[in-house]
Amino acid sequence: MSDAAQSTIDQAEVDRFSAMASEWWDPTGKFRPLHKFNPVRLAYIRDRVCAHYSRDPKSARPLDGLRVLDIGCGGGLLSEPLARLGASVVGADASETNIEIARIHAAQSGLEIDYRAVTAEELAADGEMFDIVLNMEVVEHVADVDFFLASCAGMVKPGGLMFVATINRTLKALALAIVGAEYVLRWLPRGTHQYEKLVRPEEIENPLGSSGMNVIDRTGVFYSPLSDSWNLSRDMDVNYMLLAARPRGD
Amino acid sequence: MTDEPLDIVVAGGGYVGIAAAVAVKSAALHLKVRVIDAAPPDVWRKDQRASAIAAGAGRMLTTMGVWSQILQEAQPITDMIVTDSRTSDPVRPVFLTFDGEVAPGEPFAHMVPNPVLVGALREKAEELDIVIEQGVTVEGFETGDAATRVTLGDGRVLTARLLIAADGVRSRLRDMAGIRTVHWSYGQSGIVTTVRHERPHNGRAEEHFLPAGPFAILPLPDNRSSLVWTERTEDAERLVKEDDLVFEAELERRFGHKLGTLELAGDRRAFPLGLTLAREFVRPRIALAGDAAHGIHPIAGQGLNLGFRDVAALAETVVEADRLGLDIGSLSVLERYQVWRRFDTFQMGVTCDVLNRLFSNDITPVRAMRDFGLGLVDRMPTLKGFFIRQASGLPGRQGPRLLRGEAI
Repeated sequence: MSDAAQSTIDQAEVDRFSAMASEWWDPTGKFRPLHKFNPVRLAYIRDRVCAHYSRDPKSARPLDGLRVLDIGCGGGLLSEPLARLGASVVGADASETNIEIARIHAAQSGLEIDYRAVTAEELAADGEMFDIVLNMEVVEHVADVDFFLASCAGMVKPGGLMFVATINRTLKALALAIVGAEYVLRWLPRGTHQYEKLVRPEEIENPLGSSGMNVIDRTGVFYSPLSDSWNLSRDMDVNYMLLAARPRGD
Repeated sequence: MTDEPLDIVVAGGGYVGIAAAVAVKSAALHLKVRVIDAAPPDVWRKDQRASAIAAGAGRMLTTMGVWSQILQEAQPITDMIVTDSRTSDPVRPVFLTFDGEVAPGEPFAHMVPNPVLVGALREKAEELDIVIEQGVTVEGFETGDAATRVTLGDGRVLTARLLIAADGVRSRLRDMAGIRTVHWSYGQSGIVTTVRHERPHNGRAEEHFLPAGPFAILPLPDNRSSLVWTERTEDAERLVKEDDLVFEAELERRFGHKLGTLELAGDRRAFPLGLTLAREFVRPRIALAGDAAHGIHPIAGQGLNLGFRDVAALAETVVEADRLGLDIGSLSVLERYQVWRRFDTFQMGVTCDVLNRLFSNDITPVRAMRDFGLGLVDRMPTLKGFFIRQASGLPGRQGPRLLRGEAI
């Protein structure tokens, strides 16, 4: 493939997730950890977006009228809730299988979501622009982090937001997120995450800064075994989320 | 024929079902909620029973905006005594006293006639545009990927994301969902009736542990008291069928004469006592609440309060999920409710079971031991505080917001 250098897609990663696609919506299946993780990241997105755009998070459709891009949307675990909150969502995933699963499920749920089997850079090349771009649990699966982030950042409208959630490249993350989650607890299939592909916060902040975005918030996310739930935490050593804003143009 | 899709169908128009609908709807007005009740219209008005509403449930009803109306016809329980005697003992020594306020001016419980409670909740439901269909049964449901299809007795089919089963201790929906129960039956029944007495009770509740089981006197307004009188089932069945004279005589032997002459002030019914716990509280698109999840021995008067704790936890779970855009009927959402409620329910069920086994007998060493235990509890302020807190149904910091008197 001649354009391989221009793509951020890691084909082995796409194949691995396609093979599990039918299980996206089974809360007891292979994606159980993601179902468990969903409330904390959704709450973070909703609350930050509401603060940024002065909306009431308790209203029925707080994201009404906002155009949202969900990169690496998988089966639509994030796209569907955001659509219910009123956002007009484009869900993009490199896997055709994932997009097919996501489309079927959205139709069953009676939700209108624009699912496309495209890459971030293809969307960027088409000149698509969004109020909010989401990169949730994606950067640790792409081939070229800098290029990927630059493509995503380029699609954020002036005054818009970009969220990034991923796993830090620390020994603690290796112990908890890879050895713990994949080998000990078997929450995730082995090989879901590879240590060398994990991304440190500065490796996200630097390319975002070069793309004209300001990082305005960072938070750790930590699993509490007692309550079997994920909570925001100051500790960014394992799972963390970053929020960047593009300044309003003059 | 299929109506417009709903968000929630509640099966059961008792206080748990209607409270669940009201609690959800007052926090999320955009959700479409409907209650389906098998009972014909106005049957609820004829319920002669009264319920003890603990402080936690009281705070929830306050937040839901119905408590001030209920309070006008409620009797505060200002103190409570517990005795342990043989029926024939002329004097029943008091082993445990609670003079219970959980906060200044807030008694740990109130006695409320059931129609007052249900009436206030129904009025609020109407205010919130919740449709309550009377005389309609739920015949079955079919759980799909994104919704459940609920078939009604009149042939209509309702589509909803979540079905709440609040259809009582013999819940048909629970059985249809394939949820098994654990059941203990005690061979005892509780006779429930109301008496009028000459002298005022001054808001005192009494629990007498008689050999056949607990005999509870719960104060009602106007020199009346509600009784829960436990007997072996065959004795209870016989007693409720006896003529008034015999029944009154048996009653007087147990009630005593300290409130003057007694007069029956309502009909009497016997309810078999048992402990029924659902093995699961949720399945995809269905959640059990109230007696459908747990029918417990009414020894500690906790059935209604456990039901209201279900309502508080379920409503908060559903509303918070909805505010995140999550599918309110999905198992990953409903699991939070289950985790929240199951331990509490199990603990309460076992406590009531143990209390009943401990007190429903006349073996002298057991009697001596439990009296020693009660006396000990009475003399230890922290332990007694713990029991009052348990009885008040107030949650800890992790508990549902409605029970703390906060809006969802």
